This record gives sequence, C-alpha cells and structure tokens, in this order.
Amino acid sequence: MTSLDLAFAACGLVAVAGGLLAVTTRQVVHAALWLVVALLGVAGCVLVLGHELVALVLVLIYIGAIVVLVLFALMLTRAPIGPDRTHAVPAWRRVGAALAGAATAALLLAALVPLAGGFGGAAVARRDTSTQAVATELFGTWVWPFEALSVLLLAALVAALAVSRGRHNQVERVDGAGQPGQPGQAGTVDSRAMPRFAGPPADRDARGEPNPGDAQ
Amino acid sequence: MIHLVGPYVVAALLVGIGVMGVLARRNAVLLLIGVELILSGALLLLVTSGAASPSRWEASSVLPLFVITIAAAEVVVALAVILAVFRHGGSIDLDAPTPGADEADGPGVDG
Repeated sequence: MTSLDLAFAACGLVAVAGGLLAVTTRQVVHAALWLVVALLGVAGCVLVLGHELVALVLVLIYIGAIVVLVLFALMLTRAPIGPDRTHAVPAWRRVGAALAGAATAALLLAALVPLAGGFGGAAVARRDTSTQAVATELFGTWVWPFEALSVLLLAALVAALAVSRGRHNQVERVDGAGQPGQPGQAGTVDSRAMPRFAGPPADRDARGEPNPGDAQ
Repeated sequence: MIHLVGPYVVAALLVGIGVMGVLARRNAVLLLIGVELILSGALLLLVTSGAASPSRWEASSVLPLFVITIAAAEVVVALAVILAVFRHGGSIDLDAPTPGADEADGPGVDG
C-alpha cells in the first residue's frame, strides 16, 4: 500500500458509499444529495489518478449543474419532503435489483481485475498529466469533436425548450379538436391527443374530481 | 506509485450500484441518478487508462471531458421529457401505464 493507494481507497470508499445510499434511500431529495457525495468521491479518485482538469470539470458540471438540475426537476414534479410513498417498490424488487447490480459488478470485476495483474499486482508509477498538454491536444487533435459537442449542446438546449414548452400547441389543439367529439370511439382517440390537465396546476391534485380546466 | 486494481474495483462497483438504482427506482427523476453513477464509473475507467501509461493525444483526459458534456446534454433532454410527461399525465411513475392510456376512463375527459 502506497500513500496514493490510501488516498484512492478513501475517495473510492466515499464514492461507493455515497452511490449506495443514493440508490437505496427512500427520501427523494436525499438521493440527489447523496449523489453529490458520490460524485465528490469520484472527483477525488480522478484527482488522485493525476487528472486535475477532469476532476475540476466533474465538480463544476456534474455537481454544479446536473445535480442542481435534478433537484429542480424533483421540485417541479412535486417530490415529497419526507419518504416517497407513492413510488415505493416491493422488497423482492429491491432484492432483484441488488442481485442484478452485484452480477454486473462481478462481471466487470472478473474482466478488469486480471488487466491490473490481480489483487497482488505490482504498483506502477503514476504519470503526470499536464493541463497544458491536454489543452494543446483538445484544441489541436480533438478540435472537430469539440465543435461537434458545441452543436450537441445547442441542440440539447433547443430540444429541451421545445419539449418542455409544448403547452400552447396542445391547448390550441384541445380547442379545435375537442368540440366535435362523439361519445364513441372518436372520444378515445381525442383523449389520447389531449392533455389531461389543461387547467391551472392546482387541478393536478384533484385526481378524483372532474377537472374544470378541460371545459374551456 | 499506485496499484491499478483500486480504480478498476471502484469503477466496477459504481457501475453495479448504478444498475441497481436504474432497476429499483420507480421515480423517473431518480432513475437518472443511477444513469449518472454508471456514467461516472465509465469515466473513472477512461481516466485510469491514462494514469499509468502515456495515452495517445491525451485521450484519457479529453474523452472524460466529452463524456461529461454528453451526460449534461442527456440529462437536460431527459428532464425536459420527464417534465412534459408529468404535465401530460400528472405522474412520473415508471410502473404506471403510459400517460395517455389511463385517461380513457379517467374523470377529466369530457365525453
């Protein structure tokens, strides 16, 4: 065990423990917050392996952006503050998921551990990765994939806006297509194309009552 | 000096935990957490590949950056779809029937 091994073991323990809690906790907001812990552990692992730039970008984008986005989505989908009882899963499903996860991990371990020479393999010298060399390659060799990723981000931005702002079209379609509705099969066809909740968001909770928003 | 078996073990465990999260969750937003864990395991493997031996074109640093970028784009689109489904059907339960199918006998349909 070298000092780098010890540092890596500490970060890896944080990552694995955080990930395990993130997928097993019953409180939805806690799951997102445990994901922060797991990703900080992964960033520490990457730092120990000598790639500082990747570790910094991991913290900035994953924890700074993605986890905040997941928290926003949890709030917008009305996640409960306490334990999530509406999405509770039976015990057999948890056990089955744990077995499938353990099988996947065992398969990967069986494939990867021999690559490192087994658990008693020799230690190798860590290579120093200079950020300057990474920048030179990123804007030299990898410049076209880099530009393509810019286009991908723009496409994701536009797609997210288009998908999440589809309400105006749907409301207009309700006004046009909902009027000549027949009680027969045409009604079922229309009901699939129609948003269930065209009214204000407060109607979503009233699942058992007739929705006043659909009468517009 | 570092033993490379440590990163491999951590990456395999992260992927296994992510698979477990994807299979066990019914909340569509929490399913994404499992996907993020799987991606972080893959990212750790990519970084490990360049930790000891020199990597050509610094691919062990550049490819993880690309993975992070693609993961960000994926999460943005996935959350937009989840929000649209929530607005359409009022639920993000992955076990529920498709959000349009349970409206046929629902109370909110005029007809």
